[in-house]
Amino acid sequence: MKAKANKAHEPFVRLVKRKEMKVWQSILLRAGAFLLSLLICGIVSSLITRKGMGYFFTTLVDGVFGTKRRIWNLFHETALLLIVAVAVTPAFKMRFWNIGAEGQVLIGGLCCATCMFYLGGKMNIYALIPIMLVSSMVGGAIWAVIPAIFKAKWNTNETLFTLMMNYIAACLTGFMITTWAPRGSGVVYFEKGNLPKVGNEFLLKIIVVAALTVIMWAYLKFSKHGYELTVVGESERTAKYIGINVKKVIIRTLILCGIICGIAGFLLVSGTNQSIHKTDTVAGRGFTAILVSWLAHFNPLYMTVTSLLVIFIDQGTGQIATLQGLGNSYSDIMTGIFFFIIIASEFFINYKVVFKFSVLKKAKKFAETVPPAPEIETEVKEKEEVEE
Amino acid sequence: MNNVQDGVFDSVLPILTLIITEENVERSVAISLKNITKTFGDVIANNKVNLDIYRGEILSVLGENGCGKTTLMNMIAGIYFPDDGQIYVNGKEVVIRSPKDAFSHKIGMVHQHFKLVDVFTAADNILLGEKMPTFSIKEEAKKAEINLESVMITAEGDSKKKYTKAFAKYYGKLVALPFIKLGKAIKFNHLARKRADSLQKIADKYGFEIDLKKKIYDMSVSEKQTVEIIKVLYKGADILILDEPTAVLTPQEIKKLFNVLRKMREDGKSIIIITHKLNEVMEISDRVAVLRKGEHIATVRTEETDEKQLTEMMVGKKVELNIDRKVPVDPKPRLIINNMTILNKDGRKAVDDVSFVVNGGEILGIAGISGNGQKELLEGIAGLQRVESGEVIFHNPKKNKPVTFYHKDLKKIKKMAEEGFFHYPDGTKVDLKGKKKKEIVKLVNDEQILFYEDEIINLRHKTPREIQELGIKLSFVPEDRLNMGLVGNMSIVDNMMLRSYRKGKSIFVNRKRPKNLADHIINELEVVTPSDQTPVRRLSGGNVQKVLVGREISSSPKVLMAAYPVRGLDINSSYLIYNLLNQQKEKNVAVVYVGEDLDVLLDLCDRLLVLSGGQVSGILDARNATKEEVGFLMTKHNVQGV
Repeated sequence: MKAKANKAHEPFVRLVKRKEMKVWQSILLRAGAFLLSLLICGIVSSLITRKGMGYFFTTLVDGVFGTKRRIWNLFHETALLLIVAVAVTPAFKMRFWNIGAEGQVLIGGLCCATCMFYLGGKMNIYALIPIMLVSSMVGGAIWAVIPAIFKAKWNTNETLFTLMMNYIAACLTGFMITTWAPRGSGVVYFEKGNLPKVGNEFLLKIIVVAALTVIMWAYLKFSKHGYELTVVGESERTAKYIGINVKKVIIRTLILCGIICGIAGFLLVSGTNQSIHKTDTVAGRGFTAILVSWLAHFNPLYMTVTSLLVIFIDQGTGQIATLQGLGNSYSDIMTGIFFFIIIASEFFINYKVVFKFSVLKKAKKFAETVPPAPEIETEVKEKEEVEE
Repeated sequence: MNNVQDGVFDSVLPILTLIITEENVERSVAISLKNITKTFGDVIANNKVNLDIYRGEILSVLGENGCGKTTLMNMIAGIYFPDDGQIYVNGKEVVIRSPKDAFSHKIGMVHQHFKLVDVFTAADNILLGEKMPTFSIKEEAKKAEINLESVMITAEGDSKKKYTKAFAKYYGKLVALPFIKLGKAIKFNHLARKRADSLQKIADKYGFEIDLKKKIYDMSVSEKQTVEIIKVLYKGADILILDEPTAVLTPQEIKKLFNVLRKMREDGKSIIIITHKLNEVMEISDRVAVLRKGEHIATVRTEETDEKQLTEMMVGKKVELNIDRKVPVDPKPRLIINNMTILNKDGRKAVDDVSFVVNGGEILGIAGISGNGQKELLEGIAGLQRVESGEVIFHNPKKNKPVTFYHKDLKKIKKMAEEGFFHYPDGTKVDLKGKKKKEIVKLVNDEQILFYEDEIINLRHKTPREIQELGIKLSFVPEDRLNMGLVGNMSIVDNMMLRSYRKGKSIFVNRKRPKNLADHIINELEVVTPSDQTPVRRLSGGNVQKVLVGREISSSPKVLMAAYPVRGLDINSSYLIYNLLNQQKEKNVAVVYVGEDLDVLLDLCDRLLVLSGGQVSGILDARNATKEEVGFLMTKHNVQGV
């Protein structure tokens, strides 16, 4: 009876949580997932362009590594994505679902742009840059701390709150742009107050981001603040048990997030774009960064790798799109496929799939090694037969 | 029957006996359990349990915590599947794999934690998940038409004009519309809500007082319970299992519930109540089944037994344990609790006017069925729960010990000196008036200023952080280790720092000392772990507990509170924990031990405080107390209180 019942109980496919994967296994699995995603991208791409897989791969590599400038651009774009990823990480590690990085970066950029518009050319560039930087940091911090205060004081839903703040930021920027350039096309270009070149136009930003990444890594891993926010994220009750002021930690961490978002906005507006636009300035980095951070398990050092891979796919497929006249959506589709497969692979790191037949096989084997069931069962069955 | 007056008794007796004997013959068995066994890993929850439940009776299932009451009932209700044994319903063997199966055999269970959708009304909750019968739109339309025509015939005067044939036709279609079924998935069962009327009938039949249109979030606990019971009845259950139904109710509500249950019994339903409140067992049930450590001890008729006998069956004979218990040396009050009251989330008194004293150098055991205020009491002392009223007085044993700048600043020391708290080593009073800052600092650093008496501090309204900063070494091993006390995803080393990471002015944490401590604990307490970097969540229950207790003891506490520190641990780990507690006791620590195993409580502790319904029902000398005494106090309920 027991076996019968168990058989009926067993579903066709079952997901079983893995105990722990060895490091080399997980690396192999992720590398495999990356290659698989490239393969699928290639197949889809050859269906769209009708040019075969070879074309996809050669153009992809050429688009990223073809010229010296392209290589620099790869690292530059990586840095810009990485800094936003670094900014969202402390909040996510604290399980504060801040999806408002887009708005926080934009407000940082807007503050910077305001300084450039009103003060650019009127004062020394080296006096102006610190003012721009500080105002960006303050702007980003304010944008991030508002939802944090509401969360800490009244336990509002931070996800919705931060998301809505994005739209307010975009509208505010749009308003400022129309004020500054009423007849423009929605973009304001700045000629004065831009960041000076160090080496070439990319290097300075890459250095800043690299430094911030290492600092954030150390902050999360070695500092008391980093320790506190991890405890708050893992278990609020334990945090209270050891006397951590949870509200204070939430607000402090979000201020930090906002400051780094502000720096990102500063770099984008005064360095990369030298202009500001409602949506194109941040260009979705605030959301992509969340994926980057998550895939790296909130470790800033791993984020360099994940952001590099994302930009690799984006730039490479962007090249194909330009050559074939396919438009932006093409490279969005490819990035989408890439993320889909990589995230799916994360699932298989934690779980394994067990099919019904393999379970039953094991049960059968097990039954052969175990002595038959106790006698009581047979007795009862006999009774039943008599009754019948 | 004893209550029946003599005269009445005489005349009724022959009839009564007749009824009883007839009943005995006629009473059919509703469920019969044969050799039911269930194990969880190595733990045997139920061992070959045989139990019969008759129609039209109320059976109490009685037992201590963890004796397998709920597990057994869950197997009848389809939550668990037995490893071995058979269940017979109405004499036929059945396989119950899911609650759905259970309902098909007319078995329904009301769980201790209600499973209701907050934003739905009571009626919606009850109807939830029910299959809509399919309707043919034509038939439904016709029915409605006929209905309306019958109305038309009886209608008179002006209203008669309103009803025309065409109107009836459209009306019929309109009424039928919500019953249409589109394919398999889409159904319009909006009007199913009308069935709330039939629910009201059930409620009225058994005397429930409830408004079925009320939303769940507006309901009191007892109303929610009523909804759960009606839900089970509506689904047609003849056998009802109630898991500790009175635990959440006030005495008045309990009375109402019992009246309802009696009506159900008259209706021929079988009712099983899981409980550990003896007075209620005696009041409501026809028979009592006693479980102990997973085994069925006996089933007795309520009228043939008394509370004492039941307690004996429930707790069993005392088992001698080899715990080395020394006589407390120089016990002095360390922690004094005065009239402490704590409210729980629902606003009921979880801890009700509790007063007791914990001495240094002794173990005070707290006995009681779990959920009788133990958790709140300890959390209240540790500053994690709001203490409504009362005081928590802590005696810091500082007499003749030097004051330091570690917990007191200069200003405070000056003020305390004025109030006469300190003396010099030669016994003269300290007078800091007119002394310069430098001189005072030097005196303190040279350990020349000593406390005259023990420091007395009220811990009420202090947060855990404030308590820590006052220099009060209060260690607390909470009940729920991985949700409070430890962080599952962090390594052992990182968990060691939880208490101490704030030390020092550096902005970085120092992992060197925690690492040494972790390695020390792993060695001393024989924690089985791959390394000190392993996340605590991956360790087994016993090892998690060793890590937690090890850390809490490492700070050389003055008060050590441990809630169920051996829950889920094997014998060896348990004894290790007992020894650790005993060592702390010998170091003159005041130890508070909340436990559930009475044998251990009686052999480990010096004094025993028994909690029942949030109140102290007795404080005993553990060396002379018997298990029955404690068991009786545990189940003694103050009727006015709760």
